[in-house]
Amino acid sequence: MSSVLILVDGVNGQVAKSTGELATFAKRIGEVTAVVFDPSLIAGLTAFAIDKVVVVNGFDATKFSPAPIAETLAQLASAKQAKAVLVTSSARGKEVAGRLAVLTQSGVITDAIDVDADLITTQSVFGGSTTVHATVTHGCAVITLRSNSIEVLAGSGAPAQEEFTPTISDGAKLATVTSVEPAVKGGRPELTEATIVVSGGRGTNGDFKPVEAFADSLGAAVGASRAATDAGWYPHTHQVGQTGKTVSPQLYVACGISGAIQHRAGMQTSKLIVAINKDPEAPIFELADYGVVGDLFNVLPQATAAVAAKK
Amino acid sequence: MRIAVCVKQVPDSWAEKKMNGQVLDRAGVDAVLNDLDEYAIEEALRIVEANSPTKEAGEGSGHTITLISMGPDRATEAIRKGLSMGADDAIHVVDAGLAGSDALATSLVLANVIKSGNFDLVFCGTESTDARMSVVPAMLAQRLNWAQLTFAGKVEVDPTAGEVKIARATEVGIENMVAKFPAVISVIEKINEPRYPSFKGIMAAKKKSIETKSIGDLGLSTDAVGAKAAWSTVKDALLRPARSAGVKVEDGGDGGTILVDFLAEKRVI
Ligand SMILES: Cc1cc2nc3c(=O)[nH]c(=O)nc-3n(C[C@H](O)[C@H](O)[C@H](O)COP(=O)(O)OP(=O)(O)OC[C@H]3O[C@@H](n4cnc5c(N)ncnc54)[C@H](O)[C@@H]3O)c2cc1C
Ligand SMILES: Nc1ncnc2c1ncn2[C@@H]1O[C@H](COP(=O)(O)O)[C@@H](O)[C@H]1O
Repeated sequence: MSSVLILVDGVNGQVAKSTGELATFAKRIGEVTAVVFDPSLIAGLTAFAIDKVVVVNGFDATKFSPAPIAETLAQLASAKQAKAVLVTSSARGKEVAGRLAVLTQSGVITDAIDVDADLITTQSVFGGSTTVHATVTHGCAVITLRSNSIEVLAGSGAPAQEEFTPTISDGAKLATVTSVEPAVKGGRPELTEATIVVSGGRGTNGDFKPVEAFADSLGAAVGASRAATDAGWYPHTHQVGQTGKTVSPQLYVACGISGAIQHRAGMQTSKLIVAINKDPEAPIFELADYGVVGDLFNVLPQATAAVAAKK
Repeated sequence: MRIAVCVKQVPDSWAEKKMNGQVLDRAGVDAVLNDLDEYAIEEALRIVEANSPTKEAGEGSGHTITLISMGPDRATEAIRKGLSMGADDAIHVVDAGLAGSDALATSLVLANVIKSGNFDLVFCGTESTDARMSVVPAMLAQRLNWAQLTFAGKVEVDPTAGEVKIARATEVGIENMVAKFPAVISVIEKINEPRYPSFKGIMAAKKKSIETKSIGDLGLSTDAVGAKAAWSTVKDALLRPARSAGVKVEDGGDGGTILVDFLAEKRVI
């Protein structure tokens, strides 16, 4: 059976849900080999449809960011004659994919939302207005997949485990990480993995409390427009849009956000879109399934209370 | 320092994009300099200004900024915009054989231009607003075997030590990184506020040199680039029905409650 490599993501012993999605896609294609750099993540891998785990050792992957990860995957892809390598569409994931494609002389497809057994990918482009089917025609298919694209398949039993020591070139060690300031993780779900996202924009006027309270009542993640992150009202890591994150939740609630094209680029594929805005002419209403013309400082607290009442 | 900035001409991101058959309709929309590349140009200008006795980019600064762009004839418009911001000169790779190139071919071409230029630093945007792949800078670092310092939210250059530090901002947080020259740097849009070209800058840009290069000039084979060399192909592109506006209600004091009723009815809560 042909082999498919997936790159494991996660922090502090917590495997990312997106890794489970990669395993689910990979299972359609062949035997799933998960490549893991952080030993604290090994235990968590049993939850997913993974056949084999390769534990990479011999160097500290956190010290050099993407380059050595790409080299390791290239060596493994060749050793295992992998048909495909699947990586999550994060900033680092896409860079790993780019370097890997050059190293293995393979085609690369980024931001896919689906990949079938024949390695045909589906992408949603131009803010969700167009669906593209594509395929890699040379080398091993290097594909990055957006999180929240598929229902995760559960694992059955502990996968076989092996160790691998890659040969890392000097070129991959030219840039070194001197220190890391981890993104502060609140109790809320990860933005790109959340089923519900509630976002605030300039209309919050810097007060995200009503947005957060409504998000918490729904167990949602909190997002922000660039106007809000630029003003320092919310961390950059929560920005939704072209230069922020792309989210595709079951429900997206835009509060005090006008709906600029760059914001839409990051949320337009959400299944259900709700907008709360004072201005009846705000462009966000053009794509909202449900729009409330009103002041978010009135609508949100009332909605939060209504959710509580339903529980 | 010799600095290069990779800039791409893209369809205006403010315009609604359309398909023409299976490809993006580029003729029907205005073409502009990729928004994100303006931040790369601005950062290069600021670094030169901070390290120049005249406190200005351009002649006398002891540093040069060269724009590199691969694209059709009309990419010169985007290049001129960059030159009017203050870059010194430009190299434009233009060749009919480049049409349909994928990111691998694009990075191959750009890497070949960079190799011939003796540069210390190459700046890029984090993504082109049309391709949206965010892979070209990483591919360049791989091909050139240079340090990769990407997704920079802050850049500090020490020209004497030949060293550059960045704060790399990704979803995991901030990684502070350091490397010796030469390095490929991509910048995020939080890093600065790009300047508008001044009238003086626009006039000066008209006299600046844009050197054009063909595939052959770069010593590349025509088989290595363009649509036929692309290692991925689009099978089909289907237009999805446009998202249409749904219900819109005026908040008459019960907006929050009826919103939650709607969500319950749709079974999302
Ligand atoms: C290169 C580039 C990249 C960009 N990338 C992104 C990106 O990734 N993400 C992003 O979001 N933007 C991005 N932008 C910015 C984008 O163009 C918009 O400027 C931004 O999205 C506007 O944010 P906003 O909707 O919060 O603010 P505004 O456009 O100012 O809208 C605020 C809205 O709030 C409403 N409002 C005000 N008060 C209230 C109230 N009390 N209750 C209810 N409604 C109220 C107003 O009616 C208005 O519609 C980018 C721009 C560029 C040039
Ligand atoms: N054709 C091109 N010419 C010059 N620079 C480019 C080109 N394509 C991409 N780039 C650079 O690579 C960055 C990332 O682009 P991409 O990988 O296409 O999202 C851009 O912001 C540019 O700096």
